[in-house]
Amino acid sequence: MKKISTGNKAVAEAVKQIVPAVVAAYPITPQTEIVEQIAEFVSSGELKSRYIAVESEHSAMAACIGASITGVRTFTATSSHGLLYMHEMTNWAAGARLPIVMANVNRSLGPGWNIWAEHTDALQERDTGWLQVYVSTVQEAYDATIMAFRIAEHNDVLLPVMVNLDGFLLSHIMQPLDTVDVGDFVPPIQLPHAIDVKNPTGYGGLTGPDQQFKFRWDIERSIRDSVKVIEATEKEFAKRFGRKYGFTEDYQCADADVIIVAMGTLGKEAEVAVDLLRKEGIKAGSMRLRWLRPFPKLDLKGKQVVVIDRDYSFGRGGILATEIMAQTKEDVFSVIAGLGGQEVTYEDVAGFVRKRRMGEEFWFGVNNNV
Amino acid sequence: MFEIRIHSRGGQGGVTAARLLALAAIHDGKYATAAPFYGAERRGAPIVSFVRIDDRPIRIYSQIKKPDMVIVLDASVMDVVDVLQGLKTGGRVLVNSAHPREFKGFTSGHVDLTGIALKENLVVAGSPILNTPVIGALAKQGIVSVDSAKKAIREMFSDERNVKAAETAYEEMSA
Repeated sequence: MKKISTGNKAVAEAVKQIVPAVVAAYPITPQTEIVEQIAEFVSSGELKSRYIAVESEHSAMAACIGASITGVRTFTATSSHGLLYMHEMTNWAAGARLPIVMANVNRSLGPGWNIWAEHTDALQERDTGWLQVYVSTVQEAYDATIMAFRIAEHNDVLLPVMVNLDGFLLSHIMQPLDTVDVGDFVPPIQLPHAIDVKNPTGYGGLTGPDQQFKFRWDIERSIRDSVKVIEATEKEFAKRFGRKYGFTEDYQCADADVIIVAMGTLGKEAEVAVDLLRKEGIKAGSMRLRWLRPFPKLDLKGKQVVVIDRDYSFGRGGILATEIMAQTKEDVFSVIAGLGGQEVTYEDVAGFVRKRRMGEEFWFGVNNNV
Repeated sequence: MFEIRIHSRGGQGGVTAARLLALAAIHDGKYATAAPFYGAERRGAPIVSFVRIDDRPIRIYSQIKKPDMVIVLDASVMDVVDVLQGLKTGGRVLVNSAHPREFKGFTSGHVDLTGIALKENLVVAGSPILNTPVIGALAKQGIVSVDSAKKAIREMFSDERNVKAAETAYEEMSA
């Protein structure tokens, strides 16, 4: 059915379709609308989930962990400082191999107190063992949330998945949304290590130097295996519901001399910049990175690469640029733009490409820098 | 692509007007996005929201810099904000006003949305509802079809007086 929805409400609609047994969450701008909407669905009886209103994000993730280990489906949502407050527990969720799904509405970190879009919050969770996908439309927020459950709960994965959407730019924009009847696309959850009172076992006990690395390797093995699961899930989704997704969304890349790599809404806006540049005779393309973990093999051979980071790792560089430079020998122009919701238009993006200085870093809006 | 910027004050329903307009455009078979600009707004402060309508999916998320049309739901905003900023030459201005307003170089229009809302007794928390009648005025201007406008209003509001107000605004609005 065609309707209009915000990014936040699209996530809530997807959760309504999936029916997690437990939703434990704490509100934070600009994510609040997700948990508000889910709470409304639960209170009206439209969604038969147990909704736990907790006192903090740390507790939200702890409650999801406690519920998930019993073998049921769980969901939470957060943003920015809420995500950071969860950090200890996000590591625990991945380490305990719990397929929790979380929506994170990307928002800058304070101080200064800033509620607008930035990816640094989720990127600080990069090494926790969570799978991470970044979306760019309201429809994609809905579709990715549905797929996240199937991927997380797959027997070859059993790891948590974070669905990332840009604060306000996507969380609060209203766009067309086609909801689907999920049917058996997401099969019932079967957690092989679910606790069972009839068969008591212990988890998370003291694990010595002769064992711990095996558990770490097991997470990595599963993340590598998740590539096939993601591909199969997206293929099946396209077959059933007609919308195609991949590790990247490539636009005019085949014959391009220069490729713009970005995540989220900026990755979509970059397509308009490509149209603009092509009219000027610059053979540009856009590669919107969807999955950050597992990080895909990007086909950038023979291309100049302009990476736009809406994030930063102090003392090193744009996080996406750093990841790409580690993978490819091609020249990279690293642009830092959109921090804390800084306005970046497709004309600005076209400007980055026109004035690219390969091998250098450029901070948009910072005079004579860098 | 047709780009509209809506000026209002916090609490007057500018964001809902943007949503209604985008929904009506979607019912017309088009693509549309509606985006509020989120700053530090509060009740009574001047705010803007944006609507883009196109035949193809919309890939732009940045703010509208050069609108095709500006809608002013509260004329007093014009004392503090340059509502014409960036408006394309010959672009349209629609002001909620009982009296004609003339903007040089632009296509000016007015309709008394406040009067229409008060006549229908469409008042919430002391404020007249402007976002449903304005959709009627925009249907008259050909931005969306009348049927889609009514469908969008009925989907979002159960009170039929909203449709009535839109119909009145349609009649009173100059084409």
